[in-house]
Amino acid sequence: MKIKLTFWRVVFIVIMVLGLYSSFIRYFRGLGAVSNMTDQFPWGLWIGFDCLCGVMLAAGGFIMVGAVYLFNVERLHSVVRPAVLTAFLGYILFIVGLLFDLGRPWYIWHQLIYMNPHSVMFEVGLCVMTYTTVLFFEFLPNVFERFNLKTAIKWTNKIYPVLIVLGILLSTLHQSSLGSLYLIMPSKLHPFWYTPALPFFFFGSAIAVGLAMTIFESTQSAKAFGRQLELPVLVTLGGALLVALWVNALLRFEDYYHRGMLTQIFKPSYEAYFLWLELTLTFVIPIAMLSFKKVRLSPQLLYLASIFTLLGFITNRLNIALIGFETYVGHHYVPKWTEFSITVMIIALGFFLFGVAVNYLPIFPKAKYGAALPRQTKAEPLLGTAVLTHAGD
Amino acid sequence: MSKALLYDATMCIGCKQCESACAEQNKLPYNDTIAAESVQSAHKYTVVMTKDDKFMRRLCMHCEHPACASACPVGAFHKTKEGPVVYDVWKCIGCRYCMVACAFSQPKYEWGSLNPRVRKCIMCPDRVAAGKQTACAEICPTGATKFGDRDDLIQEAKQRLSQNPDTYLPRIYGLNEVGGTCVLILSSKKVEEYGYPASERIGDTPMPEYTGRVMERIPDFIPVWSLVLGGIYWISHRREEVAAAEAEEEKNGSAR
Ligand code: SF4
Ligand code: SF4
Ligand code: SF4
Repeated sequence: MKIKLTFWRVVFIVIMVLGLYSSFIRYFRGLGAVSNMTDQFPWGLWIGFDCLCGVMLAAGGFIMVGAVYLFNVERLHSVVRPAVLTAFLGYILFIVGLLFDLGRPWYIWHQLIYMNPHSVMFEVGLCVMTYTTVLFFEFLPNVFERFNLKTAIKWTNKIYPVLIVLGILLSTLHQSSLGSLYLIMPSKLHPFWYTPALPFFFFGSAIAVGLAMTIFESTQSAKAFGRQLELPVLVTLGGALLVALWVNALLRFEDYYHRGMLTQIFKPSYEAYFLWLELTLTFVIPIAMLSFKKVRLSPQLLYLASIFTLLGFITNRLNIALIGFETYVGHHYVPKWTEFSITVMIIALGFFLFGVAVNYLPIFPKAKYGAALPRQTKAEPLLGTAVLTHAGD
Repeated sequence: MSKALLYDATMCIGCKQCESACAEQNKLPYNDTIAAESVQSAHKYTVVMTKDDKFMRRLCMHCEHPACASACPVGAFHKTKEGPVVYDVWKCIGCRYCMVACAFSQPKYEWGSLNPRVRKCIMCPDRVAAGKQTACAEICPTGATKFGDRDDLIQEAKQRLSQNPDTYLPRIYGLNEVGGTCVLILSSKKVEEYGYPASERIGDTPMPEYTGRVMERIPDFIPVWSLVLGGIYWISHRREEVAAAEAEEEKNGSAR
């Protein structure tokens, strides 16, 4: 078979080669060689982005499952499967990321036999493991349908209610607990971000990001796979996103108000610049945009607003994980290129697997396909151009 | 009763014998280069620092309520009944949460190792359990590092403070900080100048309480939230079933 070299394919291959080189350094030279982490900065980009942001970006799964199966928002039915797929892949990649970050990943199973119930990290670990299993079962019907396994489909339909409740319960727990991780460091994390309300903020931002991510991913796949965009779906999501952003913004305001920080956050300082960037991206721009009906009715503008939201909350989590510690530590942490390269490799893998799954499994409802399209993508099984269009975005 | 170390910086002559004794006790390398290092690391559990001809030691504080032990997901750290906070390398998965959680940033990491361990002063637990002093206290020529029962050492520290109020700053660092520690420090210079976190910054609340407040709610939260979610599911699907049944009936009715 002749494989054509398109631009995105080359990019993908370069990413993979650099990533594999960095992985080699990681496992054969150690964490010190591959990263700029030190005794002063024991948690770096991988915790900040791969873990904190990764789990947040995968929140669309439980939000959409909740909306459709719990609250019966029928309109959103067509986005449940892609959202569950994204979540499933997201958590798998999160675990892959952990295998890079943990100093002794070969003992990761110790988590199951040596349990410390006082540890937030233990709770997060256990929830993530269980939830990934739940997501696997939520994802399975795709495979069953693909191969037309009728009994298996019936069987999963029976346990679906349990999966749904369990999945949302576990998500509530670990999404918020990621914030609780930082509660034990009141003297280290900068007061802009340290607050007893951290678990609530982490949960709140997961909801907003889950919605934004679903808008982002629907639009993206529409572009990449030539699907029809369903405007009513996007409009519903956009409206919900606006509400979620307002709730998040009010909670943040309340928190600063109660802790008497309102004047401090406006005083210029190193942290303040990052906080301003974060607040502008998370709240000011998307809320301003979504307040216009014109924006809420336009797929392109909704897409743009969702991107701002995503970037905003990513900044938020990186501020908490990295910027918020710099004053305490007394110096800056800038990730090494090999750290970036592993993160980028993991993201690229995610887009790639998403593309493969969409090509082979009934992720998107059939009726919505354009007549000619799916066949054409099938001709390029593995390195579908479509996937790589993704990888570049 | 829990054991502790009292370090009196005014009595310290900066001979660094505690450093070398510690290295020997814990089978760590020690030579002139390492002696000259002024920061703790995976191969240097304790350090004697110098500032304006005054000395200060740093080592793990052996907190009464250790954040490291509460944070570790696999319970690799634990506080022994004699006082030392010890580490079990077999359990450790290398998440480094202990390092970020410790208010004194005491756990250090073997960044260059392919199977890295967390390293910190473990207060010579074997010696302490056998009723002996720690290696660093035993070797100290001036008694600046003194080993004993925590309560006795507190009494003694208070006595020194009241007898020589001009020599010391009026506080025993570690008495109440983060709920009390098993390393107590007396000095004439602020410990903060040597990198210790300020008392008002870390406070007297044990660090594990901050996470404990949330963690203790979880056992109640799980059943309540499951019931709520299950309830919502039931209601919204009940409605659907009823609607379906009605539609069915209607169809049957009109067919007749
Ligand atoms: S000082 Fe840090 S490492 Fe030592 S016992 Fe306290 S929390 Fe643990
Ligand atoms: S690095 Fe090891 S000792 Fe420290 S918290 Fe993680 S598992 Fe526990
Ligand atoms: S108590 Fe033991 S391990 Fe700790 S510094 Fe002294 S000699 Fe080293």
